[in-house]
Amino acid sequence: MNPRYTRTAVALHWLVFGLILANFPLGLYMADLHFSPLQLRLLSYHKWIGVTVFLLAAARLSWRAAHTPPPLPASMPEWERHAAHGLHFLLYLLLFAIPLTGWLTSSAKGIQTIYLGLVPLPDLIGKDKALGQLLGEVHSGLNFALLALVGIHAGAALKHHFLDRDGVLARMLPFLAKETTR
Amino acid sequence: MTRLYAALALLASGALHAAEFRAVQLDKSSISFVSKQMNVPVEGAFRKFTAQIALDPARPEAGRAHVEIDPAGIDTGNDEANEEVKGKNWFNVREFPTAAFTATSVKPLGGGRYEAAGKLTLKGKTVELRAPFTLRQEKGGLAMDGSFPLKRLDYGIGSGVWGDTSVVADEVLIKFHFVLK
Repeated sequence: MNPRYTRTAVALHWLVFGLILANFPLGLYMADLHFSPLQLRLLSYHKWIGVTVFLLAAARLSWRAAHTPPPLPASMPEWERHAAHGLHFLLYLLLFAIPLTGWLTSSAKGIQTIYLGLVPLPDLIGKDKALGQLLGEVHSGLNFALLALVGIHAGAALKHHFLDRDGVLARMLPFLAKETTR
Repeated sequence: MTRLYAALALLASGALHAAEFRAVQLDKSSISFVSKQMNVPVEGAFRKFTAQIALDPARPEAGRAHVEIDPAGIDTGNDEANEEVKGKNWFNVREFPTAAFTATSVKPLGGGRYEAAGKLTLKGKTVELRAPFTLRQEKGGLAMDGSFPLKRLDYGIGSGVWGDTSVVADEVLIKFHFVLK
């Protein structure tokens, strides 16, 4: 039987994935709405989900520091190991950079982020219209970079599962592991 | 004796006259507001206004004030919002190009605080309100600072879809700062 990620690591991984899956189109949709109560409401929801992703990403990293991930299969070539580690590093980087640039955009646009309408986050920078515009574009660009990396990440996982059949995907999807051990 | 009274009265009126501030320095004055959107306080300002204020700190009861705001000069901090709030649901600036506050009385509250009571006409509706303020004398001038909460829906400001106060709160804080000479 292949060693797996802990249940907590698996739960956090899929929770973060689900939140991003919802927040990415939400961000695109609300940005294109005309100024309306719906836009203001969705903008707040988008920020709250983003802050949640940031907190969960921090939780994942600290969990990971205390719980070493399962080793990669011995059959994996060297370059694939490097690629996997590099990709994971970039994904984590974006899990922090995207909410941070969103937070900066909020500050520059002069609309503070108040998590769940209750916890005010300090404005990191002063109000600056041009900077707000630029940061919004950086925030959006990083999201499309994340989309591309997630595509590679998922593609690699599927390659491991269907072509290599080395149990790498089952480390993150325990129900697959049950099937293979039967 | 009557001459003494007359002299005293003259002296008093002269002293009072000298202590009354009546020239509003518009470039140093401001009228701003804080609205809450999804519980997030957002600052804005009315950039176009005129004000006639006459105030003597020693005799505040004699104070007079009339302030006129052109709501088309609103600055919400967001271009799209600036256009929206000039429209029918908000200030409807085409039909109501002027908002005005006229003080009907000024009284001291003690501790350097005062209160102007009067009528605010906004979007064709007139509502009585009280605006507390403080006074601070500074090199030949008088700085007047105050704020008061206003319920926007009392005036039909932000009606239609914007009437949903869970997005934009009913209560808006109006802040004013006038420098008089």
